[in-house]
Amino acid sequence: MAMEVTQILLNAQSIDSSVRKQAEENIKQFQEQNLPAFLVSLAGELANNDKPVESRKLAGLILKNALDAKEQHRKFELVQRWLTLDASAKAQIKAFLLQTLSSTAHDARSTASQVIAKVAGIDLPNKQWPELLGVLLSNIHQLPAHTKQATLETLGYICEEVSPDVVEQDHVNKILTAVVQGMNSSEANNDVRLAATRALCNALGFAQLNFSNDMERDYIMRVVCEATLSPDLKIRQAAFECLVAISSTYYEKLAPYMKDIFNITAKAVKEDEEPVALQAIEFWSSICDEEIDILEEYGGDFSGDSDIPCFYFIKQALPVLVPMLLETLLKQEEDQDQDEGVWNIAMAGGTCLGLVARTVGDDIVPLVMPFIEENITKPDWRQREAATYAFGSILEGPSPDKLIPVVNTALNFMLNALLKDPNNHVKDTTAWTLGRMFEFLHGSALDTPIITPENCQRIVTVLLQSMKDVPNVAEKACGALYFLAQGYEDGGSSSSSLASFFKEIIQTLLTVTHRQDAGESRLRTAAYETINEVVRCSTDETAPMVMELVPHIMMELHQTLEGQRLSSDEREKQNELQGLLCGCLMVIIQKLGSSEQTKFVFMQFADQMMSLFLRVFASPSATAHEEAMLAIGALAYATGSDFIKYMQEFYRYLEMGLQNFEDYQVCAITVGVVGDLCRALEDKILPYCDGIMTQLLKNLSSNQLHRSVKPPIFSCFGDIALAIGEYFEKYLVYAMPMLQGAAELSVHITGADDDMTEYTNSLRNGILEAYSGIFQGFKGSPKTQLLMPYAPHILRFLDSLYMEKDMDEAVTKTAIGVLGDLADTLGTSAGPLLQQSVSSKEFLMECLSSDDPLVKESAEWSKLAISQATSF
Amino acid sequence: MAPHDLRRPFKRAAISDQQRRRELSLLRQSQNRRDAQQQARCLASSILSLNSQNPEAEIEQNDGEFETSSETDRESVTPSKDLDVRQASKLKGAEARKWFARQLMVPEWMIDVPNSLSQDWYVFARPAGKRCFVVSSNGTTVSRQRNGSILHHFPSALPAGARTRNASGTGQSYCILDCIFHEADQTYYVIDMVCWNGYSLYDCTSEFRFYWLNSKLEESGACSPPSHYHRFRFCPIPVYPCDQNGLWTAYTGEMPYVKDGLLFYNKHAHYQTGNTPLVLVWKDENCSQYVIDTDSQGQIPSQQQVVLELQNDGKLATSDDPPVVFGCLDRDFIEKTGLHPGILLRFAVSDGGLSFVDGKLENADLNYLGKANRARAFADSYSKVLFQYTVRHSPLKIDELLAAINSSKDQEDKPRDVEMAG
Repeated sequence: MAMEVTQILLNAQSIDSSVRKQAEENIKQFQEQNLPAFLVSLAGELANNDKPVESRKLAGLILKNALDAKEQHRKFELVQRWLTLDASAKAQIKAFLLQTLSSTAHDARSTASQVIAKVAGIDLPNKQWPELLGVLLSNIHQLPAHTKQATLETLGYICEEVSPDVVEQDHVNKILTAVVQGMNSSEANNDVRLAATRALCNALGFAQLNFSNDMERDYIMRVVCEATLSPDLKIRQAAFECLVAISSTYYEKLAPYMKDIFNITAKAVKEDEEPVALQAIEFWSSICDEEIDILEEYGGDFSGDSDIPCFYFIKQALPVLVPMLLETLLKQEEDQDQDEGVWNIAMAGGTCLGLVARTVGDDIVPLVMPFIEENITKPDWRQREAATYAFGSILEGPSPDKLIPVVNTALNFMLNALLKDPNNHVKDTTAWTLGRMFEFLHGSALDTPIITPENCQRIVTVLLQSMKDVPNVAEKACGALYFLAQGYEDGGSSSSSLASFFKEIIQTLLTVTHRQDAGESRLRTAAYETINEVVRCSTDETAPMVMELVPHIMMELHQTLEGQRLSSDEREKQNELQGLLCGCLMVIIQKLGSSEQTKFVFMQFADQMMSLFLRVFASPSATAHEEAMLAIGALAYATGSDFIKYMQEFYRYLEMGLQNFEDYQVCAITVGVVGDLCRALEDKILPYCDGIMTQLLKNLSSNQLHRSVKPPIFSCFGDIALAIGEYFEKYLVYAMPMLQGAAELSVHITGADDDMTEYTNSLRNGILEAYSGIFQGFKGSPKTQLLMPYAPHILRFLDSLYMEKDMDEAVTKTAIGVLGDLADTLGTSAGPLLQQSVSSKEFLMECLSSDDPLVKESAEWSKLAISQATSF
Repeated sequence: MAPHDLRRPFKRAAISDQQRRRELSLLRQSQNRRDAQQQARCLASSILSLNSQNPEAEIEQNDGEFETSSETDRESVTPSKDLDVRQASKLKGAEARKWFARQLMVPEWMIDVPNSLSQDWYVFARPAGKRCFVVSSNGTTVSRQRNGSILHHFPSALPAGARTRNASGTGQSYCILDCIFHEADQTYYVIDMVCWNGYSLYDCTSEFRFYWLNSKLEESGACSPPSHYHRFRFCPIPVYPCDQNGLWTAYTGEMPYVKDGLLFYNKHAHYQTGNTPLVLVWKDENCSQYVIDTDSQGQIPSQQQVVLELQNDGKLATSDDPPVVFGCLDRDFIEKTGLHPGILLRFAVSDGGLSFVDGKLENADLNYLGKANRARAFADSYSKVLFQYTVRHSPLKIDELLAAINSSKDQEDKPRDVEMAG
């Protein structure tokens, strides 16, 4: 049997596909016949030093995949399977795994480390394998170097896999001690030191208590800083990575070390090899991230008690930090703009400079201006590009007052450079910088405009000219035009500034989309996105030209749907194009549908447009489906109840969309479109509701559907109920228990992280919107009393939400609204229940005095409804 | 534990247009959901405020509640809450005028000083100009004067006030503002907010309405200078609590507009159409050019003039509810002149003046002048006649208002009850 396993595993890696297939089949059979024996034999293979390393590695990999999967529901199944696996088999597997750590074969050890961490990831939270950490940590000092390395690596992986609350502090202390000792310069073996340094990076999240202890923190910081000076590149890189992790996890503890860290990072940026220098720059970027977050949370209110104070590290380091970063800008690579995957020191330095500008604002301007002035006219393209990049980087952060004079001086120079500079790299950065000027310093919110009727013509001419340049430059020019248009978004009368160029702009952009090389540097996408923004921000006077665009874009979409034989590569491009065209049509639908006059003319295209969208669903591309679905939602909204004529044909695609769990974005958008349909069709949607409700209920019960789609499904219940009123009766028996179950789950936020809090609140919001829609839908019907049995639970739900005190404003507003809806619909029969509920008293009072006008508005409504329901 | 990927977005806008399209769609959907929900609630709240949860209760309640206001046209006014405004905006000509004329809250004139001015009242300086009702809906804005005639028809930045790309096409949204149009700076000064973006404020206290007015109006952009989509500027009015400081500021303070007296609003009063004693107007020469009523030539007549409505039985009544009777025309006179009931007639107050017993009008020495101007929609109110009368004889002075605030403050300071300690 054992021999057989080795051979099968080797065959599974054979270059002969028939041999491989056979082997895979054998593996599958073995697994299905006897899972415990299968897993034990894999672990045995991995542990056996006599076996070839290839079969050992694959054995470990299959074992790992039997414990974990990417998809949430699959992972859940695997965890349950492991937890219920025969105990003696598990014990054997674990023994084999631990034994492998002392193998001389590096690959086998490393694979075992990862598998052990996966097992720990399941076992430790379930209070299984309690002896694991003890075994790994006992006599770690006496171990031979290769075993010590594997053990440290294992500890690192375990820290990555499990959450800190399942490891007791005693073990945390021992892990950190072992790891930090392994990092120490006294450790002679570089492999051990590297494994320890990488392990520390993962273990940092466990070290909360240790970082609060001055002595322990000093020790850890000293060891990390020393490791940044190691002669081994990988150790230096890993040590800087630890510093980056520390900067975000323990920002508030860093003050005493900042001077040393600056010196270390400055040296690395100047002299060290790129992987290390990049990490050193990342440290400062990460500090910027922290300070930007903190300062944003202050929101200008410095008396507010934010948890973590801002230490202004960046502001203090500014005079030395800025020159260091400016120097990196001169280290560009040739053609870095054409390569998506490149990340080099000039890019990292420039990005960091931009973050510094956002952190400190005005203070950066005088430090960067001399560099720009000095270099921007130099013959060496690197200097011109660096100067331009520096300029572009500081346009976000400093105040308009500070920047506008500079930008007014520079604007004309930049326009010239974009047309005339001989270097593509410089032109690329120049166009990007122009885009940043328009993004941050142009718009109705600013008092002194940088764009005037006088220079607007020149700007547009230059940008349009630039769209004939090489793809990467043209793409940046499109981006600049995007932000130029966006600045006129809320412009009122000044919005006509682009109107006189409208036709020329659209024609040029359409020409760009047809360039042979439009597939490079995402030029085609950028051109369509710019068309979208120009249309969005256009005014009534150009509405006829937007109207002319409709048949044109429809024709383009039509052409992509004609059945040529295409290679899979061409097919993919075609699908991408369909997505862009549907997106563009959606923007036009929203634009022209928003005013009665244009809507009337535009509706002549609705039939053709709808049939094109339906044909897009024949393509296999999720992105195209998503865009088509969004466009249909917009069309339904614009069309209103006449949309019913498309329903028969559209319905099956709607159902398909609701069933698309894999591309959950498509599913989510389709759910949103159901809401659009409800509001457009009102009770005419009734014939389709059985199908829709069945699918929505299925989706809710599925554990394969991405959780983010579930809250919108609940809201959608509300949309349907509001549309069909008392006909929702037959769904009550299914929908209400679902809502009730979800409501109970959502009362307590489990797991304290922000994501979970946000998700729980969106779930609550969805549930409450469902209740609102159902109550208002039944309002005034003779069947309102059918809702009476659900009222006690709903009021309890509101009471518990109020008691938990962790609702966000949106949930508060919806919740207080539901209270009113319940009182309004059920009337005096709910009076006694309302009088018992906390919500109708304290919660209502709180909302009535809320600072949020929307909350207050809903509360006023509820007050009125409740006072009616409770007056006998 | 390979090194983590360091790459950050480079030369990219922070958000993709696709993401933007998605978010804009979601935003539109959630706004539409809110609109649909709001509409359902609006329907409900208009029904609720009529107490018509079941038809029988409605009748009973009506009998009880509206006992004192059983005049015929009042009944047609009461249900005309927010919902009817959009229907009414489709009315034409005389009908429209008649309907809109009854929608404004009309202050009584201050003939004596209310108690607790400083606690329960606001004060502000009334701008000189035309009082009107501004309704924005379906992409257009109409202002109508007190007599119902249209003053302007224009686009505005009020919700649903212009056809712009931001206007949501639901047609459900609309606003109703109570304004004074100030000619000199061509500005609508908003003195009250009746509906905002489809949300009715009729049943809200003035405290809430002023708060709402101040926050919403600014947000909407309606206070911006005029532009293509926004023909006239709107402007909220500084409202002060009616304590000594507030009253003094309203009375003497610099305002961007020409003042025409002071308005006093009771904080707890809802927006009530027609005459109300919970809003008061007061004027003297310092804060108004128009203290004493002028005639059609702008001259102050030597004798006070009043406009009264001729009733079926020949009695001459004010516009109050219930009306106050000032006198009676004899049958012969009516027949001779061909006057019909309901007509508005102008009289001069002769030397006999008005005489009172126990604060009630006892006798009025009236002299018939002729029919009132056709543009007049209503007779004078009792409080107006009385205010005009006192202005000519013994006006209520600002010092008396200030003194009233002082004395009520004194009362506040006094302990209300004596604790019994046995």
